[in-house]
This record gives sequence, structure tokens and C-alpha cells, in this order.
Amino acid sequence: MTGNSPPAVRFSAVSRHFGDVKAVDNLTFDILDGEFFTMLGPSGSGKTTSLRLIAGFDQPTAGSIQLHGEEVAGRPPYERDVNTVFQDYALFPHMTVGENVGYGLMIKKVPKRERAQRVNQMLEMVRLPGLAQRKPSQLSGGQRQRVALARALINHPRVLLLDEPLGALDLKLRQQMQVELTAIQHQVGVTFVYVTHDQEEALTMSDRIAVFNRGQVEQIGTPAELYEHPATSFVAGFVGVSNLVGGEIARAITGSPETFTIRPEKIRMREPSTAVPEDMWSAEGAIRDVVYLGMNTRYLVELDGGGDLTVVQQNLDTTSMDVLAARGNRVRLLWHKSHARPIATGHLAPGGRPNHEIDPSASSDAG
Amino acid sequence: METTPALPTPALVQPAPARSLGQRLSTFLYLRPSLLLVLLLGPPLLWLGVIYLGSLFALLLQSFFHLDDFTGQVVRRFTLATYQDLLTRANFDIFLRTSGMAASVTLAAAALAFPLAYYMARYASSRGKAILYLAVLMPLWSSYIIRVYSWRLILAKEGILNWFVVQVHLDGVINWLLGLPGIGGPSLTVSAIGMFLVFVYVWLPYMILPIQAALERVPRSLLEASGDLGAHPGETFRHVILPLAFPGVVAGSIFTFSLTLGDFIVPTTLGNSSFFIGQAVLSHQGTSGNIPLAAAFTVVPMVIMGFYLIGARKLGAFDAL
Repeated sequence: MTGNSPPAVRFSAVSRHFGDVKAVDNLTFDILDGEFFTMLGPSGSGKTTSLRLIAGFDQPTAGSIQLHGEEVAGRPPYERDVNTVFQDYALFPHMTVGENVGYGLMIKKVPKRERAQRVNQMLEMVRLPGLAQRKPSQLSGGQRQRVALARALINHPRVLLLDEPLGALDLKLRQQMQVELTAIQHQVGVTFVYVTHDQEEALTMSDRIAVFNRGQVEQIGTPAELYEHPATSFVAGFVGVSNLVGGEIARAITGSPETFTIRPEKIRMREPSTAVPEDMWSAEGAIRDVVYLGMNTRYLVELDGGGDLTVVQQNLDTTSMDVLAARGNRVRLLWHKSHARPIATGHLAPGGRPNHEIDPSASSDAG
Repeated sequence: METTPALPTPALVQPAPARSLGQRLSTFLYLRPSLLLVLLLGPPLLWLGVIYLGSLFALLLQSFFHLDDFTGQVVRRFTLATYQDLLTRANFDIFLRTSGMAASVTLAAAALAFPLAYYMARYASSRGKAILYLAVLMPLWSSYIIRVYSWRLILAKEGILNWFVVQVHLDGVINWLLGLPGIGGPSLTVSAIGMFLVFVYVWLPYMILPIQAALERVPRSLLEASGDLGAHPGETFRHVILPLAFPGVVAGSIFTFSLTLGDFIVPTTLGNSSFFIGQAVLSHQGTSGNIPLAAAFTVVPMVIMGFYLIGARKLGAFDAL
């Protein structure tokens, strides 16, 4: 990530409109050489379209796309130094695993012996040695995923595009593959551009994340930046769970009607009589709902001033019996002033409630 | 707690809800899936096993009998004499002529059908696809004989095709084609070329539909993956589209090939005195009453098809099934 080399991918005012639908609208951003870049967003937010624009499966209706400083808009996929891991793997069913992985080399007319050697190396890297003679239909989902990865990496592309590659795998396998993917990325040093709607996956793997919404990028930053300093209410709601407080209720708490967000885990729940320290905000209310989650408990607290806040508390000393009995209890909520983030109100994440003046909360279960 | 009178258990007092005969029948069958299977598969298996395979067996049996030349009676005793009669030089010409026609009709139909099927599977809107389906299938709704006879009128010397060819001054080409030995003739209505045109026309739908179905099953992402890995459209076609569509081509060719092998209407309507297999069968069982020889003739296309399928399998036609 040196300052001199051109970015791996540069979007300059890129749009892709399908008639009236603005799948991608006037996007400008850079993906740095060698980074693990994730495009995160709900379905229909433009992240997959952006990926297809980089791959060349789709062409922009306006703007310029550069790969390593070279304009590629208008070029077909086979003239771009990028390779793709597809959501459905897109393995050729009539070829063996070895033929699939070696396809790119076969097209480049690499001699058979060298091809076989490199195919074996690739299969070893994705930990599938000895499976070259199998047909894709004889493999499990996780194995197909690895074959797709090996096939995409064998050409040594400078950018690897991954379109929700782990979407079809079960949770355990997904987590294992997340670790492996980051390891492989470090090993080969290729720029990874990863598309997902899973915010946890994005936070786990990425160097930087771009949060997409309605064909636009809401914010680009490291996972920590996005989580701790969400720029918009959409980002606050989509990356992790967040409470959004505004209007009269915000005024009752902070003295200003400016909207702010506060993460559920940053809120402490105490007896109503608890004194409020100087550096904290506080609100009083009654517990309306309790969801026991094993490690944590999620409380929905109805504030006296109207609206409600989601609070997550670790079950350090409490058991399920304790927390479920807490329903209806009056509590005082406390949080550090520095944890409440002022925020530009915009679109809400799906699942979030409309950001009305008197509706102070918007929590999203994007996780 | 206040005491309440003990409630009778519902099962004892309430009768089971009255159910219709249909519901009870459904439940009866639902609990006996094998019985349902027998009921469902029985009729088609009976049809296939007894009527279809049975008559085929009877046919095979006939071919091992022999016609007594003196009495004109069929001798119902096992003999290979009929097959000896079959394997003569003149009959070999018939086999070759018919197979050659079937092969060229199949190749031409595949070449014509593939682009249309590709367009239907990849590019046509759902409305456009419906219209194309209709256009492909509509000829099959009218009588095959009527269509063959209308081609006779189209191909006749005074017909519309010849008129058009003369208008654009290409009659020399037609005359040159008709002058070719083997496939030519006095006019298009009495030539192998005319037969070929009509065969391709009548069997084309049977080639389009299986190819279209096969192409429809190729996901777009496979083509994108091929391009993504550096393959130009031509290479993608050769390495991905064609192999995956090949089972469809073979399925279609089984129709066009076998239908041409057995047909006797087109050769009778548009051919000359050189027989096709279908005509030979017709004449042997009809005019000369030599049922055993007719049966033996019928075995020939079956044997040819057998070799054809083995060849197709060798080519990997069934690998992607």
C-alpha cells in the first residue's frame, strides 16, 4: 500500500443505470493494492453490480474504472487481469476438478505438464490435494468453494473478486473458510474485493469496508472505524446493532435535539436510584422485553420520556431465571458521553424503524 | 382454586370428525406408498411392456421365419434364410442410401437448429420465447402428409421456389445441383435434394427443442466464469457451451436420424425409383406379402440406431446427463 503505486481499482463517477433503476449511481472510490476490501450492503444496494463492473461482466453507463491505473471501462472480461469466485461457484460440470482449476492455463495454452504441476500446487494451497480427478458433482459445498478459489487464483490475477462466496455454507464451515481466506490472501498478496451482506463476515476479514446503500457508498473505513464512528444512521444500523436517539428524547437526555447513536453493549443497566457520574448520560425506564442469548441478554427498555432502547448485558453473574424475572423492573440506563456519537440522519438499515422526530430508537438486527 | 366438574376426555365423547370418502381414500393411499406406485406405474408399464415391447418382439420373431416361394405361405420355423435374403448387394444400397440421407438431414438440422435454440435460450424475452415456441411447434399441428404434398407444389418446376430462383437469375445453380450424379434428378420434386429439403423441414422442430432445453440448463455464470478466466467467446463456445449442449444435440439427432431412417412418405412423394428402407418394408409386407423379409428390413434401422447410440456415447454425449 505504497503512496506511489496507482490503486488496484479506481472508480471515478461510475454509474450503472438499468432504465430508471440506478443500480450504481455516481460512485467514486479507490481500492488499494494488496488490501482486503469488502463491499457490504443489503441486497439491491449495488455491491454486486460494482463487482460485475470490475470483472467486466457489466459495463458502466457513465464514469471511468481503472485497474492499476489502466482504463478498463468498455473492455470485456477476458481482457482484464482480474478473476472471480462466483456465488454459485460456477464450476464446469463436464470437467474434472483438475480441468476446472487448469482452465485458465489451458486457455493461455500453457503446456500440459506445467499445467498439471501448477494445478497440483493450487489444489495443495486450498488443501484439496489428490482430488484432481473428481468431478465437481462429487464434492461437498466447502470443497467446491475451494476449487473455485484455486481456479480463480491460478492465473495469478492482480485483483481477486469474490461474490458472496461463503453464502451457501453452514456457519461452522463459513467461519473456518473466513480464516482460511484471509490466510490465503496474506500468502498470495493479491488484492481481494469481497462482496457480502453479512456484517460480521465483513468485520472479521476486511482491511477496509465500503458500506453500500441504494447504489451509493455511505461510508468507507476500517472495521473499527465503521463500528465506532458510523458516519450515517444507515451504517450505524447495518454494521452491528445500534440505538438511534433524536428529537425531544435526545433533548431530554443531552439537552440537544441532535440525533446520536449508542451501541447496546455500551449501555449499563443499574438501579433507578444510582447516582449519575459527571461524564455519563442517563435515562430512566422500565424493562419491556427480555431475550436470553446464553452469553448475553438483550433487554428492550421503554424510556419514561418515550421510545425504547436496546441494551445488551453480559451474563456475568445472572442466570436465565434472573434475567427473565427482570421483565417490568424499573432501571436507570447509563453510558459514557464519549460513546454517544452524533450522526447524520439518512436512510435507515432495513429492519430499522423510520427516523421520526419523536421516535428515538432504531435498532437493527443485521447480525 | 375453585373446583370445576371434571371434563370428559374428548376422545371418548366426541366422534371422530366425519370424513368424506375422498379424504379416507387419500389417507389410505398416503399410508401405502408402494400401492400408489403400483397404481400409477401399472398402466404405463403394461402399455410399454405388453403392447409396445410385445409387438416389437413379435416383429423380431417374424424375421426368423421364412416365406416359401412356391406356396407363398410363411413357414413358421426358425431359420436365418430371411436374413440371407436381406444381405444382398441391392439391399445394401438401400441401407446406405437411407443412412446417408439420415446423416445429412441430421447434420443440416443441427446446424440450422443450434443458432435458433441458442437465441431462444439466451436472448429471447419470455414473450419472444413463447412466440418462437409456437412458431416451432405450429407446423406439427397440421398433417404431415399435407405438408409433404405442399412441398411437392413448392418444389415443382412450375412452383414458387423455381419461379423465385428464375427471378433472381439463380436457375443455373439449381440446374447444376440437379445435374450432380446421385443426388440430382429431372426436377427438385424427383431428386434426393428435394427429399433432403423436405426431411430437414419436417424434422427440424425435433432438433430445436432438445438443444434449446439443454442450453437453457447452462447457467450464465458458467459463461461468465469462462470469459473471466481469459477465454474469448469462441473458446467459451467450444469448451463450455458446445460440450454442455451436446446431449441436447444428440437427443435431437436421435429423432431426426431415426425418423428419417424409417420414413416412407417423403421418398415415395419426392423420390425416384431408388428405394429407402421404409419403402422396402412397405412393398415387402404389402405387395409381395413377404412379412418375414419386411420384419428383417425393420430390424436394420434398429441396429443402425444401436451403433449410432454407442458412437454418441463414445463421443461423451451422455457424460453431462
